[in-house]
Amino acid sequence: MLKLEGVSVGAGDFALDADLALAPGRRVAVIGPSGAGKSTLLDAIAGFRRPARGRILWGGQDVTEAPPDRRPVASLFQENNLFPHLDLVRNLGLALRPDGARPRREAVAQVEAALARVGLAGLGGRRPGALSGGQQGRAALARVLLQRRPIMALDEPFSALGPALKAEMLEIVRDVAQELGALTLLVTHDPEDARRFAEEVVFVADGLAHPPVMTEALFADPPEALRAYLGR
Amino acid sequence: MKRIMTLAAGCLAATTALAQEEVLTVYAGDYVASEWGPGPKIEEMFEARCDCDLQFKPGELLPRLLLEGERTEADIVFGLNTDVTKRARESGLFAPHGQDLSPLTLPVEWDDEVFLPFDYSHTAFVYDSTRLDNPPESFEALLEAPDDLSIVIQDPRSSISGLALVLWVQAVYGDEAEMAWERLAPKILTVTKGWSESYGLFTDGEADMVLSYTTSPAYHAIAEGDETKKAAIFPEGHYFLVELAAKVAGTDQPELADDFLAFILSEDFQKMIATGNWSIPSALPRDQWPEGFRDLRLPEEVLFYSEEEAAARKDEAIGAWRRALSR
Amino acid sequence: MAARAVAVSGGRGQAVSRMAAALAGAGVIALTLVPVAAVLFRAGGWGQLGPGDWQALRFTLLQATLSAAFSVLLAIPVARALARRRFPGRGLLVALLGAPFILPVIVAVLGLIAVFGRSGLLNSGLEALGLPPMTIYGLHGVVIAHVFFNLPLATRLLLQGWLSLPAERFRLAASLGLTPWAMIRVLEWPMIRRIAPGAFAVIFVICLSSFAVALTLGGGPRATTVELAIYQAVRFDFDLGRAALLSVIQLGLAAVAGLVALRLGGEQGFGVGLDRRIDRWDGRTPAARAIDLVWIVAVALFLMMPLATVVWRGLPGLAALGAGTWEAAWHSVTVALGSTAICLLWALPLASRRGEVLGLAGIALSPLVLGTGLFLVLRPVVNPLSLALPVTALINALVALPFALRILRPEAEAIRADYSRLRQALGLTPLAWFRLVLLPRLRRPLGFAAGLTAALSMGDLGVIALFADPDRATLPLQVYRLMGAYRMEAAGGAALLLLGLSFAAFWMFDRGGRVNAEA
Repeated sequence: MLKLEGVSVGAGDFALDADLALAPGRRVAVIGPSGAGKSTLLDAIAGFRRPARGRILWGGQDVTEAPPDRRPVASLFQENNLFPHLDLVRNLGLALRPDGARPRREAVAQVEAALARVGLAGLGGRRPGALSGGQQGRAALARVLLQRRPIMALDEPFSALGPALKAEMLEIVRDVAQELGALTLLVTHDPEDARRFAEEVVFVADGLAHPPVMTEALFADPPEALRAYLGR
Repeated sequence: MKRIMTLAAGCLAATTALAQEEVLTVYAGDYVASEWGPGPKIEEMFEARCDCDLQFKPGELLPRLLLEGERTEADIVFGLNTDVTKRARESGLFAPHGQDLSPLTLPVEWDDEVFLPFDYSHTAFVYDSTRLDNPPESFEALLEAPDDLSIVIQDPRSSISGLALVLWVQAVYGDEAEMAWERLAPKILTVTKGWSESYGLFTDGEADMVLSYTTSPAYHAIAEGDETKKAAIFPEGHYFLVELAAKVAGTDQPELADDFLAFILSEDFQKMIATGNWSIPSALPRDQWPEGFRDLRLPEEVLFYSEEEAAARKDEAIGAWRRALSR
Repeated sequence: MAARAVAVSGGRGQAVSRMAAALAGAGVIALTLVPVAAVLFRAGGWGQLGPGDWQALRFTLLQATLSAAFSVLLAIPVARALARRRFPGRGLLVALLGAPFILPVIVAVLGLIAVFGRSGLLNSGLEALGLPPMTIYGLHGVVIAHVFFNLPLATRLLLQGWLSLPAERFRLAASLGLTPWAMIRVLEWPMIRRIAPGAFAVIFVICLSSFAVALTLGGGPRATTVELAIYQAVRFDFDLGRAALLSVIQLGLAAVAGLVALRLGGEQGFGVGLDRRIDRWDGRTPAARAIDLVWIVAVALFLMMPLATVVWRGLPGLAALGAGTWEAAWHSVTVALGSTAICLLWALPLASRRGEVLGLAGIALSPLVLGTGLFLVLRPVVNPLSLALPVTALINALVALPFALRILRPEAEAIRADYSRLRQALGLTPLAWFRLVLLPRLRRPLGFAAGLTAALSMGDLGVIALFADPDRATLPLQVYRLMGAYRMEAAGGAALLLLGLSFAAFWMFDRGGRVNAEA
């Protein structure tokens, strides 16, 4: 279980409170109005922001003070997921060897397998600039695959892609999550994404991250704040 | 970093390798040890007679010596000017030279027991006779000259020749020095930090006259075969500039140091120093000077303040210069 | 993009970075304060200011302010013209912009006077047209000379800013049909406001310690600067207490300038290199073209003519270069490469706001006091003469540090802002971050900074005077020696050699940073 116990995270004048638990292997969408604190929640989980109060536990272990790379979380950001001057093999190799050593043959094979897994077989020598937006997203996902962390935190990584492409990417995310058995947190502003992808939804509004609710139940009977957000 | 360490190590190794011979360490002005200065010749000539190793350490002379104090490595200091002899003497770092001064051929009395002259010259305004038709024939004529005559001088606060100039004006005009400077001011194109900048401006044709030395024309005549550079000689007199050597009191080579001072007054050295340092030998009759020097026009009247007088008048002389030129 | 409030539970990476920054900063402080303290200790206390010192202080401030202001103001239209025009030779012109900055003072002054002096090209031209002559000697001459030295630097810094404006904004401006004035206000002014204060501060601080230029072109004792008073105190009066006091005043002024500039200047950097092509839709009217053309031609003439006279006068002297000069050239190249390596290693961890203020200390401290202090510190331990070249390399690196920081900081901060999350998420080791991300991403500004450092330390006389060694002269020292020995022609040749070497070093590094640099 990923537990947030009495957590309060500040970002400037703004503070987000969260008290919730998420089960391993679940696909969870984080939705809410813009500026409500969706990314702040993910930052707290991934270790980019230190909570002012409360504890974060994974499998009963306190990870509140752990730096991002010591957490069970692999992150995908809105941008800058890949270093533009390194080819894909080097970029993805960093997930295996954070000391930046040139990947060994066995590591290269691993990287190439991961690339093949996301449909980028044979493109290991390319730099991100030589890839399309969709391909860049796939490459970033392949990196997450290599990191093999039990939690995936995705902060609107595909918001720049067209609908068809986005659906395709979410499909791959689902596959990757399944393969890793990972708890997947997807921040999105599109309720459609949530409906299509997520088993549960965490709704964030007014400085509060509500505990997860089953997706279908939530949309069938949205609480008032969500209704306002959905425009219904 | 590694490169630097090896470099440093190399330097140290080189110094120790030579340490077996007896070493005479001579602090000298920067120009002395350069390949066109007198240093290499001095080294060659002295080493031939002393069976020792003479090492020049060029750079700032007195500031360095004062910083080092009694722990200095120097045995001899070569190239001091009279502007610093008072302070140098008061530091107590120097020993009497013990030389017989009768061979000196200076235009002034010299009975200093510590500082031994090796060459001299005088301040003078140098011009190019192809560019300046009617050079002023006296200091007064210079002050009276039309304002489109352009002169470059050196700053008395940063240059020895500049300091000599303000003392020169002080010696000629006394209490009216400030007035004299005011009359000269319109003709002064600019003031430079050192002699090199001024002389560069002059040879580039930017200025008609430059504050330099009576010996400057000898360089052009001998080294370049150029007879057009002249020093304007004034009947009011010219300020005397002398270069001095002295023995460091704490030297660990007293005999070698004495030998070196004796060598300075020798005929060999004296004959070499004229073209070596482009100055007049301090102990050599005029008929033995090199050709270009024998023909130099030299002043009949030579002005010179003792170090006590110079020290007493220096601030006043610089003040007069600064006030008049700041207006 | 706003710099993000990044993390928290710091990780080893950041601890190591902080330590490197602290070490580098301590190095700067040690190299500036320890010499001053040594001089002060030797003097036995502070000295007193003389009667002329207040006047010197006023003049120093006045000329430094004017010089920095004009350098930056004039750089704005020039950088703008260079940013939006493509023409043959543009790359060469941008590269040549570095040249005045790296000339030894004496050579540059003679070059300037050959153009603007009493019998210079300009006055010959005026005379031919029947116009009255102009004189360069005076406050305006000092400012012209300092602008000559520093306009190129200001232009390069601003040009970098211009080229970093995102192309999308120009597109947006074009689609909105913004007037040229609106364009400046909305797009360009915010960028200028971010860059100009830093450029002003660096130039102001360089000009604070000007001495030979100010005196020669200032025309006399009215143009006395604090640095001259320091020189007099050290060299003539041996009044170390007064020298220490004056140099601390100079340091204080520099610190104030640095802090003010930081307050006024921008928060964060904005990446990308120098040669990125931005298509612009503005400035296509004939008037705009004409204005840009006038600026480019004017600045090219202003900067190139004095350089051309240096080349012209140096050519005959090239034949007269002796073995000593070639050896000095070799020393200078070694020193320049050494300083470049030291300076870059120093600058990388310091490329932050605080680091930049700290870095200014290097150029603010009087070289004479620095040299004297180092001499006092080193002397009991080692023979200072044997360290002539290493000390020169180190001091040159210190002096070049503020320039390297000004160039590196914006991009280094942008890289940190863009990638520090990824760095943390991956848990990159400090070495991997440095080697795989920082260095390659900083390649272009590193090339520019390396070129500038190499050229600067080739041309700088620095503090060598106290440490001078007959067998280890550097090329600028050789130029002075040749002049001091009446060998003006050979000095001209040596100066040309120096110019050529400095420029070659600058060009190679700057170019090296750009070749094959992608994304």
